[in-house]
Amino acid sequence: MNKKIRKIFQSNEPYIFLIIIALGIVVQVRSGQFFTGNNIVDLLSAMIVPGLFAIAEFMALIAGGIDVSFPALASLSAYATTKFLLDREYEGNVLLAFVIAILIGALLGAINGFFIGYLNLNAMIVTLGTASIFQGFMQGTLRANQLSVIPAGMKEFGTASFVTATNKVNGLSSILPYTFIILVLVCALMHFVLRYTIFGRGIYAIGGNALSAHTAGFNVKRTKFIMYIMIGVIASIGGICRVCMMQQCHPTNMLGMEMNIIAGVVLGGVALTGGAGTLTGCMLGTFLIILVQNSMILLGIPTTWSDVFVGLVIVIGVSLTALQASRPSRSRKKTAKEGA
Amino acid sequence: MNKVKSIYRKNPEMSRLLLIMACWLIFMMFTQAEKFFTGINFLTMAGQFPEYGLMALGCMLCMITGGIDLSVVGTANMASILSVYTMMHFFGEEGPMPLSFSAVIFLIAILTGVVVGSVNAFLISCLGVPPILATLGMNELLTGLCIVFTNGSAVSSFPKQFCDFFSGNFMGFIPRRLIVFIVVAVLIWFMLEKCTYGTKLRLYGTNAHVAKFSGINTHALLFRTYITSSVCAALGGLMMLATYSSARADYGSNYTMQAILLVVLGGVSPNGGKGKISGVITAIVLLKMIESGINRFRSVSTYYVTLIWGAVLILALVIDYFSQKPKSTK
Amino acid sequence: MTQSLLKAEHVKISFGNVHALKDVSLEILPGEIHCLAGENGCGKSTIIKIISGVYQRDGGTIEFGGKKLEKISPIDAINMGIQVIYQDFALFPNLTVAENLALNTELASGKKTVRWKEVRKIAQEAVAKINFEVDLDQKVQELTVAQKQMVAISRALMSNARLIIMDEPTTALTKKEVTALFKIILKLKEQGIAILFISHKLNEVFEISDRFTIFRNGEMIATGSTKELDDKKFTYYMTGREFSDQIFTPENVSDKPVLELKNLTLEGAFSDISFSLRKGEILGITGLLDSGRTELALSMFGLKPADSGQILKDGTPVKITNPREAIDNKIGYVPEDRLSEGLFLTQSIADNIIISEIDRLKKKNGMFDLKKRNEEVEKWVKELEIKTKNPDNPATTLSGGNQQRIVLAKWLACNLDVLILNGPTVGVDIGSKHDIHMVLQKLANQGLGVIIISDDLPEVIQNCSRVLVIRNGKIKSEYDTQKVSEQMIIDDMM
Repeated sequence: MNKKIRKIFQSNEPYIFLIIIALGIVVQVRSGQFFTGNNIVDLLSAMIVPGLFAIAEFMALIAGGIDVSFPALASLSAYATTKFLLDREYEGNVLLAFVIAILIGALLGAINGFFIGYLNLNAMIVTLGTASIFQGFMQGTLRANQLSVIPAGMKEFGTASFVTATNKVNGLSSILPYTFIILVLVCALMHFVLRYTIFGRGIYAIGGNALSAHTAGFNVKRTKFIMYIMIGVIASIGGICRVCMMQQCHPTNMLGMEMNIIAGVVLGGVALTGGAGTLTGCMLGTFLIILVQNSMILLGIPTTWSDVFVGLVIVIGVSLTALQASRPSRSRKKTAKEGA
Repeated sequence: MNKVKSIYRKNPEMSRLLLIMACWLIFMMFTQAEKFFTGINFLTMAGQFPEYGLMALGCMLCMITGGIDLSVVGTANMASILSVYTMMHFFGEEGPMPLSFSAVIFLIAILTGVVVGSVNAFLISCLGVPPILATLGMNELLTGLCIVFTNGSAVSSFPKQFCDFFSGNFMGFIPRRLIVFIVVAVLIWFMLEKCTYGTKLRLYGTNAHVAKFSGINTHALLFRTYITSSVCAALGGLMMLATYSSARADYGSNYTMQAILLVVLGGVSPNGGKGKISGVITAIVLLKMIESGINRFRSVSTYYVTLIWGAVLILALVIDYFSQKPKSTK
Repeated sequence: MTQSLLKAEHVKISFGNVHALKDVSLEILPGEIHCLAGENGCGKSTIIKIISGVYQRDGGTIEFGGKKLEKISPIDAINMGIQVIYQDFALFPNLTVAENLALNTELASGKKTVRWKEVRKIAQEAVAKINFEVDLDQKVQELTVAQKQMVAISRALMSNARLIIMDEPTTALTKKEVTALFKIILKLKEQGIAILFISHKLNEVFEISDRFTIFRNGEMIATGSTKELDDKKFTYYMTGREFSDQIFTPENVSDKPVLELKNLTLEGAFSDISFSLRKGEILGITGLLDSGRTELALSMFGLKPADSGQILKDGTPVKITNPREAIDNKIGYVPEDRLSEGLFLTQSIADNIIISEIDRLKKKNGMFDLKKRNEEVEKWVKELEIKTKNPDNPATTLSGGNQQRIVLAKWLACNLDVLILNGPTVGVDIGSKHDIHMVLQKLANQGLGVIIISDDLPEVIQNCSRVLVIRNGKIKSEYDTQKVSEQMIIDDMM
């Protein structure tokens, strides 16, 4: 039992969790507003899009790759979908929007997957290139600019309340849109895929040792290809969710998110070298960054400081992770040497 | 034919880029000769690339060690904002400022670079933080501080002598920014090719562990590298200041990706251990030519530039893949 | 005559212009332990890859279990009962033991989902076959090398193997672990499983195998019963040369010690180590892998600075806290693992040679003196007879023995007084091993102080003038190598 507890504390998740709780208590003490319904709801709804992106990035990192193209991919597919529906004067249900976005996302993800999986090119560079291409295609070919009106179905979906919470003190109320359910569903689905399917274990196996995965009989190229399609799909879902929630479509305001998402996922204990990390950690790390970004006002700090604090959290967080990682690895190395 | 092949083999990254460049120039010759092949156009191009070109040069050094520097843009903006505030502090919003004060401005930029680079290097070398995360966090932090300093808006009321001088030309036709770029490029070339630093850098990038076992002072090496990179970025920030005649926390926000793209396109392996400055400079010039060429076509949106950049990067990778194929099957 | 299990005849394969296998034959009988030996690059690994279906042969016939095989795919090989345990074990370090064991079975079953109860069950059955005790929930990266190997063996046994091929399985094992491994191999033999054991270690071949086959340069040189083999023949078959092993006789020993250790202690590794080394001597240090011998070397080289005690160089105390300071004090270190600690594999031979002395190759104005660099490179390539056409080629183009020489050259170029070598000939074939020993003896006689850390006792006895035996971090005994037997040392080690 003791061993199990020790094992748990060797990973990042409990620490991130404790930091989140501590931060929550600090905010609570300072403002008395942290553990109020509407703050929690605000945080959760701020988590939806980054959470979806984080899940996508998580897969890429586990397989030993990386994806910096998902904001551009999500922007492109969300914009194309919205524009298409607007041009058709589509009035119906939001479902069609998701279907179209998923198809576009799958196609764009397949482009990444082809280069990374089948041609075995460096994931970082490929996605850097495709990010550029997606953005250029969106702004050049589609001549994207801000769409301040979105189809009614999407608007309705984005504003409909799943949970409404009102703060008794100041009377502010916040709603948690239905898009939150999408995050939960995607999370649950990916947990199942990564834990209980051969495909998902294949992603871990490739991240651990791609060569062995090949000799063991995994189709490494196809697995990577499908994985990048899935990343494209999840990112597109995130893009549509964002458009629905903001009730407008801004083609470029998701760009540049990739780095904070990656930082969040890594803070949650996912190794950049691949193979190690859990979905829980990934979500916790992302939540920590959202929490810092969103707690500024409650703490009475001007919002201009928000980036400073996020930067500090990343720098300190990764430093501590690095220090922590160097300790067990030293002892592990020693046992390995002794065994050797 | 054999001779061509052997030249290609010797420096495939650069040859590949020169090939693409030649194709592009021929294409431009047939379509937009009178607009593209003018002295003015080349001068404009030469004045524009130094800002991100400088960032790319610094980033190149980091990438040869197997690391990366994502903090270049934050450093650049920090340097330009600090310079602007210094100018305002000493000469008020209107000026005039003696041009010789530019030396102080450069000093401030270099100092900014040294501080940022040292922190980066400390995180990476002493604490063992992965470079991508350390520099990413630094960038966020610097950008955040820039926003705090400026309240997020552009600062444009300050003496303009510095900007006017550096956005102007030397002897009437050579952009002064280009001169700054060339000086820095020559210095870095010298460090890489004529000093032991270059060899140490490549070997460290190949295998940091062995480098340590071989008695290379790896801490000093990393500090030197990341400081050089940050100083380059800070100088790039000054060039940006000259171009825009104002400073702002989010200028050049897509230069990070551009810088990395240029470095990779220039044949530097993201895994470290391999890279030449000639390749990176060729990449910088090539992309500027493509960008400027596209802008000559009225009907084509300037946003196609990004698309073509991405396409060129992937094209370079694919050419690499197929030219290396026979070797790997062997 | 019993029917053979595997019969490969006149197998050929070439890659580009390189004829990796010119014409080799290999016959393995059911239930025998067959040893395949040969120097690096002789085609041992190639034939394994052909048998296991990774490469396709260009010519020749292969029969398995009496059936002629035309084309073999990796899956065919596994289905017929051929299992290969590669040197790196092909395990997934980030997954648990249970999953590593069950993954192949799960994959082969063609199912799309994983049932964790089943995974456990499969894993339990697998380890039970060889009574291997391990925590199934532990991640493989946390295991020792020997445990990893057991996992690999358990995995190989799961699919009703008839032939298990082990590619140099003992390289990273301690003596005890090798003994344990051999027990398991014998047990497998009892179960009727044939073992193809790849090794170039003579004593292992004699100890374990029934029959042997030796390759050289892509050709089969000899095959037969191990009983008919002796040291001399074995070496001759392997290398095509005959060696007269020269016992080291120091000719040029200085009066004063060049290096002295006084009560050197590193918590948890070694304690109270004192000895002295004179110029012209070769001092052997031996002990089990976990005896602290490697840590001791690392301390002398500044990579793991000692907690207390003194290091004296030429009689004066010196501080060595990093490799730079060690080199400044003219102490060099050839690491245990040449590939991960000693060489920049993808970089040029030239740069590998000069890297440690690079700071001395500057002109007065601080620039890199390229002329001097090239002279140095040329000098050491010649001096150590490194076989290369162009020193600008990457180090990967060389064989193991030549790579080891680069590492030596790197240190000799620094003009050292003391050279510490940790396992100088591990993974080096017999011919190169002999050459490296000769180089070391020559260097010592030219006035270098040499320390060889090794558990290859014949190597120590043949090349050293004195030997220290370390046990549990302390010096157990010191012997004159002229007056000691291997058994005496082994008794002190254990």
